[in-house]
Amino acid sequence: MLLGTNLLMAQTAAAGAAQEEAPKVDWTGVAYYVAIFFLICLGIAIVGKILKIYDLTLKMQGKKGIKWNNIMAVICIIFLLAGLYGSYWSFTEQGSMTLPEAASAHGVKIDEMFTVTTVLTMIVFFVTQILLFTFLFRYRHSDKRRAHFLPHNNTIEKVWTIAPAIVLTILVVFGFFTWQKIMNSENLKDDINIDVTGHQFAWELRYPGKDGVLGPKDFRLVTGANNLGVNFKKKSSFDDLKVDTMYLPVNKSIRLNILAQDVIHSVYMPYFRVQLNAVPGLPTFFKFTPTITTAQMRTKLDDPKFEYTLYCNKICGGSHYNMQKVVRVVTEAEYQSWLSRQKPYLNDALRKELHFATANSEQSGASTNRIALNN
Amino acid sequence: MSTLAVHDHAGTHHDEHGHEHHHDQSFLSKYVFSMDHKMIAKQFLITGITMAVIAMILSILFRIQLAYPDKTFPLLTTLLGRFAPNGRISPDFYLALVTIHGTIMVFFVLTAGLSGTFANLLIPLQVGARDMASPFMNMLSYWFFFLASVIMLSSFFVQKGPASGGWTIYPPLSALPKAMPGSGEGMTLWLISMVLFVASSLMGGINYVSTVLNMRTKGMDLWKMPLTIWALFLTAILGILAFPVLVAGVVLLIFDRSVGTSFYLSDIVLNGVQQPFEGGSPILFQHLFWFLGHPEVYIVIMPAMGISSEIMSVNSRKPIFGYHAMVYSLIGITVLSFIVWGHHMFVTGMNPFLGGVFMITTLIIAVPSAVKTFNWLATLWRGNIRFTPAMLFAIGMVSFFISGGLTGIFLGNAALDINLHDTYFVVAHFHLVMGSAAIFGMLAGVYHWFPKMFGRMMDEKLGYLHFWLTFICAYLVFFPMHFMGLDGVPRRYYAFTEFASMQKWLTINTFVTWAAIIAALTQFGFLYNFFVSIFKGRKATQNPWESNTLEWTTPVEHLHGNWPGEIPTVYRWPYDYSKPGAEEDYIPQTVPYSQTMSSNVPHDFEDNPAGLEELNKFTSTLKANEQVK
Ligand code: HEM
Ligand SMILES: [Cu+2]
Ligand SMILES: [Cu+2]
Repeated sequence: MLLGTNLLMAQTAAAGAAQEEAPKVDWTGVAYYVAIFFLICLGIAIVGKILKIYDLTLKMQGKKGIKWNNIMAVICIIFLLAGLYGSYWSFTEQGSMTLPEAASAHGVKIDEMFTVTTVLTMIVFFVTQILLFTFLFRYRHSDKRRAHFLPHNNTIEKVWTIAPAIVLTILVVFGFFTWQKIMNSENLKDDINIDVTGHQFAWELRYPGKDGVLGPKDFRLVTGANNLGVNFKKKSSFDDLKVDTMYLPVNKSIRLNILAQDVIHSVYMPYFRVQLNAVPGLPTFFKFTPTITTAQMRTKLDDPKFEYTLYCNKICGGSHYNMQKVVRVVTEAEYQSWLSRQKPYLNDALRKELHFATANSEQSGASTNRIALNN
Repeated sequence: MSTLAVHDHAGTHHDEHGHEHHHDQSFLSKYVFSMDHKMIAKQFLITGITMAVIAMILSILFRIQLAYPDKTFPLLTTLLGRFAPNGRISPDFYLALVTIHGTIMVFFVLTAGLSGTFANLLIPLQVGARDMASPFMNMLSYWFFFLASVIMLSSFFVQKGPASGGWTIYPPLSALPKAMPGSGEGMTLWLISMVLFVASSLMGGINYVSTVLNMRTKGMDLWKMPLTIWALFLTAILGILAFPVLVAGVVLLIFDRSVGTSFYLSDIVLNGVQQPFEGGSPILFQHLFWFLGHPEVYIVIMPAMGISSEIMSVNSRKPIFGYHAMVYSLIGITVLSFIVWGHHMFVTGMNPFLGGVFMITTLIIAVPSAVKTFNWLATLWRGNIRFTPAMLFAIGMVSFFISGGLTGIFLGNAALDINLHDTYFVVAHFHLVMGSAAIFGMLAGVYHWFPKMFGRMMDEKLGYLHFWLTFICAYLVFFPMHFMGLDGVPRRYYAFTEFASMQKWLTINTFVTWAAIIAALTQFGFLYNFFVSIFKGRKATQNPWESNTLEWTTPVEHLHGNWPGEIPTVYRWPYDYSKPGAEEDYIPQTVPYSQTMSSNVPHDFEDNPAGLEELNKFTSTLKANEQVK
């Protein structure tokens, strides 16, 4: 296998690829690591032999040999203690590196449910793991003892079927209603509509103009200057704005209208507990209300450079790992002043192109919907 | 009619037997195109192990990238050529590594390697049959699997590299060859390989089901089958019902790719160019994929559950607690696993109400899983536990299943999944509950039935070392990933260098990579133990673990047809361990109740009034004798 790839590499290299500074392999370094590995293997082999000899001498003295059952039982207990400490450490150390409180209204509900679920499951986690490993230690093999013959016990089995069923029912009921509430929120009149379109490998943002309505899109209308395929036959398209950073006024209901052009992407804004896939051919939307401004979050996190981000969370190709937009939550006043500085989607290049399109379409007799602008 | 066939089959074999000892099988028909289920099991096992090692090496490669995103390793260029120019794995090849790692592990190792090995080995031996219902189809099943493996690996040699859209190969990414290099020939090979794989899996599955249903020995009614058989049987049913749906999905994808249909494609502009697709739905593929995909994860775990149940009962010297509950929960999981697939699609834009329904079904499936866990704990309680390496791995399986299963409760809650979907939290969840748990079940099975397969024992001490290092490292690798997920770190990212918020995880990533490297190196200890023991291990006795099940009544030297004489008759369930009043702490299934009067209890004769009368007579004479004394 390696030979084959080498051959192919040689071909591409010969074809003039970036061969100039082919980095050199540090073979002594490689040999060093390989030597360490073999030394460890040797060490293990020696320890194994010593154990074997020890075991044999014990047996020759008429003893029972190494009591592996006891050793394993003790390791189980050590593992349990180390594991308990390790998970405690992990919870405190890495747990503190996780997302801060939700910066959106519905996110608070999600966080509450997360806390309840965590508490319940962690109780089960610790109790079952502790039982598992203490049983192993407590009931390790002994020749003097026999196991307790206990094929079943209907009462206790019923208990531990019904108990998880009840707990899960509670979680489901809360989860179900929260979920319905988040996803089925009604459309309000003063929702701020924002158009988010994903393509390899960037997000395009479009805000409605003064009319508050986003003009419709059609993938057949996509051109170099009109890369979203906005339909300019419709009036609502004319005042749409093309923006680079997603500004959101705090405490206002936002409606993200989500679509992808090429492959599936996913709009992911974890600080707001927002995620929805961007699917070609299937427009979707997600509604939420940001509650903490970027400035507030900066003081909270004590990080003057903090920015909210929107990034792609569905594998979409080579640069999937770098497909982001900055999101800024600001006060209403800041939002309005920012908004007034944004450029219309219908820029000069596009105007020109639509003119050309008109002329062309008259010649070819096609694409009547591009005449819109001239009317 | 089926019973007739069974008798016929067994009869002919029996007659032939005398001759068979003498005439030598050719090398080809004994080791290569073998129709003996035991040899086919070994073929599946060794191919599975080979694939596992390859997939493991792939994972180390991408872990290196995650730990050292800015370092160059010229050695990588030497090894991988154009896939790692200038000493760094390229982003596209990174995705290919992730994709092929996942595909091989889920399908080739944990489905074919696990079910293929243990269903083939154990079903005939534990139900008392001379071979599978159709040995020829069984052979074909292996060779289709082998071919599928070769084709999957061959995709590393095509110009643009292997498939790289993730193991779930969602279109349009996988459908548009121009969307990424891996969606070219690499994806074509992936699809061909999977079709062959499913064919293999179906031929195997049909064989397993018909063997269990039709070829059980006398006395082996369904409720006397070991849990391994129950698990493998239900797994096979799941596979037969679910895999064809994957083929349907894959075939439509092949059409979209090569014939120009639009099943999954609509409204697409790729690199500024409109594509001529209209009316399809990318979500349709996800429905088809997960209709298989979710049952698939249980196809992976159920054999591991069966194996662990059996091994834990043998080595605790105790009956499995709640045998009936164990079977019913397996049946429950089998049925429910068909109606939960939508939990992988909560945030696809699917109708939210549908998401709500899938959340309900998903959390219901956690109940049988919980019951199984509690029953395992109760099996250990007041046992007399022997720590064989197999036992340790079975215990590790339980520990992982608990840790990973609990996070399923977060993910199954659609509202919580909004923020967790496709993050490292999901990676942690399924690597513990499926990856680690199932691999540990498989390793437990290998250690336990190695004497049955090769007539020799593996080295216990190396087994201990293998267990503890792997167990600890697996936790070190996957536990911290939960927190990365809770910080919103997405999976399938080539590097976390581009986001200020993710850079703080670099130290954890380096730590995880080193834990993974140690775990991987440990596996070479296992490989050494495995292959050396095949030739040099201590000779096994007939029943080394003092186990009750039928496979240990066959001679150590393998024969075609398994038992030299008649197939033994079964009289009791497989879990009479440490029964009070019995001489030994185990009573094999082949021992009739008439020979164990002192240990019989009324419960043994629930549907056998004559036997109960016998028992009553016996106890009353016993009492009378005592009074006389
Ligand atoms: C306790 C019950 C379980 C529940 C409630 C549960 C729930 C879930 C959910 C909701 C997801 C989707 C997460 C997402 O993508 O956002 C998921 C992913 C997954 N689960 Fe589970 N799960 C459970 C047990 C299992 C078991 C037993 C296995 C396998 C043996 C398993 C294997 C997987 C795999 C492989 C994935 C990830 C697939 C992928 O996206 O690549 N789960 N689980
Ligand atoms: Cu992406
Ligand atoms: Cu699932």
